[in-house]
Amino acid sequence: MPEIRSLNGAEAARMALFESMERNPDVFVMGEGIADHGNFFGTTNGLMEKFGPERMLEMPVAENAMTGIAIGAAMMGQRPVMSLQRVEFVLLALEQIFDNAAKIHYATNGRYRAPIVIRVVVGRGWGQGPHHAQSLESIFAHFPGLKVIMPALARDSKGMLIAAIEDDSPVICIEHRWIHFAKGPVPEGHYVELLDGPRVRREGSDVTIVATSYAVLEALATAEALEKVGISAEVIDLRVLRPLNLGPVIKSVAKTGRLVTIDTGWTTYGVGGEIVATVAQECLGDLKVPPRRLGLADHPTPSSRSLTPDYYPTPEALIDCVGEMVGAQAKQLEAARADMAEHRGDLPLDVPNPTFQGPF
Amino acid sequence: MEKRVTQIDDQTLLRLHRDMLRIRLVEEAIAERYGEQEMRCPVHLSDGQEGIAAGACLALRKTDKIVSTHRSHGHYLAKQGSLKAMLCEIYGRAPGCVGGRGGSMHLLDDEAGVLACLPIVGTSVPLGVGVAYAAKRTGEDTVVMVFLGDAVMEEGVFHESANFAALHSLPVVFVCENNNLSFYTSLEVRQPDRPMTDIAKAHTITIKELDGNDAAAVFEAASGAVTQARKGGGPSFLMCNTRRWREHCGPRYDYELGQMTEREFEALRTDCPVARLDAQLRKAGLLDDVGEETLRAELGREISQAFEFACNAPFPELKTAGDHVYA
Repeated sequence: MPEIRSLNGAEAARMALFESMERNPDVFVMGEGIADHGNFFGTTNGLMEKFGPERMLEMPVAENAMTGIAIGAAMMGQRPVMSLQRVEFVLLALEQIFDNAAKIHYATNGRYRAPIVIRVVVGRGWGQGPHHAQSLESIFAHFPGLKVIMPALARDSKGMLIAAIEDDSPVICIEHRWIHFAKGPVPEGHYVELLDGPRVRREGSDVTIVATSYAVLEALATAEALEKVGISAEVIDLRVLRPLNLGPVIKSVAKTGRLVTIDTGWTTYGVGGEIVATVAQECLGDLKVPPRRLGLADHPTPSSRSLTPDYYPTPEALIDCVGEMVGAQAKQLEAARADMAEHRGDLPLDVPNPTFQGPF
Repeated sequence: MEKRVTQIDDQTLLRLHRDMLRIRLVEEAIAERYGEQEMRCPVHLSDGQEGIAAGACLALRKTDKIVSTHRSHGHYLAKQGSLKAMLCEIYGRAPGCVGGRGGSMHLLDDEAGVLACLPIVGTSVPLGVGVAYAAKRTGEDTVVMVFLGDAVMEEGVFHESANFAALHSLPVVFVCENNNLSFYTSLEVRQPDRPMTDIAKAHTITIKELDGNDAAAVFEAASGAVTQARKGGGPSFLMCNTRRWREHCGPRYDYELGQMTEREFEALRTDCPVARLDAQLRKAGLLDDVGEETLRAELGREISQAFEFACNAPFPELKTAGDHVYA
């Protein structure tokens, strides 16, 4: 058995890069600001020293060409891990991602592959505002040919990134900035966490909560508070948005009869909509109450902390939502809310929940 | 003055003539049969521009690679891509070069080094640079030729790609086919009056502007650029001026659409890259009527047989439409 250490998501991602680069000389990291003092949010520390500038390739600020260059190199057997510090940067490269990365295998009748990984980071908090805090997974997940993953647990931050690098298809790895701080058990050495679909992270019988990325961590904390007041929530970590495997969700809804989705992005045309639609098609009769979707408020992300309390779906909002669905007493919900409030303490809302340790 | 890097021998001139004539006859055959409505995909024909395709590709080794655009038939054929596979692709048949998934705008011939021909303006440029980057990483001496049109110079991705190619001294030859048109919009409406080569020069890329209808000149310039690239001397940009004869997309000539008068078109057509080399060869005693007739008959047979093969080839099976989404 490999040794297991408690690492945060950023350290786990760094270990994934380290293991992958050590095992395969064709793997290289490319991007903007990948080895400066910030070390890409602590995910690339020491890699430049270990592997040198040819495998830690600092790129010009040219996202569209960078993506095309990564695809061209990948078609020749290289395995670039393109890394951009905000998902918004990749908006300049959508033509390459959608037309070439997603289609080169198909449009060459299987002759060429584009085994690239594009790591992008979703910001939140500390006033990052309209252009630095968007969660755009549903855009990428629309395209057949792309794989889209959103790790939540530190174990997945490592194992899913290794799997992505070893995958022969292009993978968009969306890392929420706040999962970088979340600690969890992470095995040493090389291992993969398969990109095959959701995982039930907590079993329950009253309601199914399906979440992605950081929302999984909040859902788990909230489920614990709900448990104390007698409400049993099952939490499913979606993990892989494309190709989408909702079998475990349908199975869970058959058991609980209730479904809540939490988007890290906007609700309209979001991931929750896709899940609800599929559940409606596959097991509408199992639903005891209409499904609910939580997500971002329907406006761009404001910077000032005075404007954001209602922007992100809070644990309190999730408690109220689940409470209504199961017909809980006001007293029960009050206790659960108080539990979460105590848990949070004096921490401002624009920094991660303290359950997920680490400096901001 | 430019140093002559190659002394073009008779065999090379004959080969250029043959390659150009082959492209011309294929494009004419496509245009002639397009009305049958069996080639059910857009076609962007390249008659008039054969000098660039033939001259540039002949400077490459078989193992060198090209990427191209929506108007790629000439490049594909000059790099010795399979004619049968190309026609099958245009006819949507299973033996097509990408099994009927792409049509005329997505040609590929791996063995011949035709890596990707893609229609969105500029989209194949960074792919080619990435292929060159991979070659440099792995120490292969492959040269990548990136065909692009004048409109690509208006796209940001050219600037981004050229910057990277120059920064890493990559083995890339950018061949710009300036046919003065994007769809039907002429250059002066789209770009200021400045040498397009200045854009590449600003990236420290070796530049040369030449007459794209002079296949021998293109071959000579491309040979120099390829040698430089292979020796690690970095990228070149060859600006080849030419004219497109047919409509942007489809079998008709531009004058038939009222884009120019027939008189203007005929004047344009007097500067024909095939006819020009033809005359040169005859003057040098390398070609006569009999020789040309023999060549045309030989190419005509090959082309007829390829069309016959394509028209009789099976269509791909419906059940394969969803294959190869993921590797």
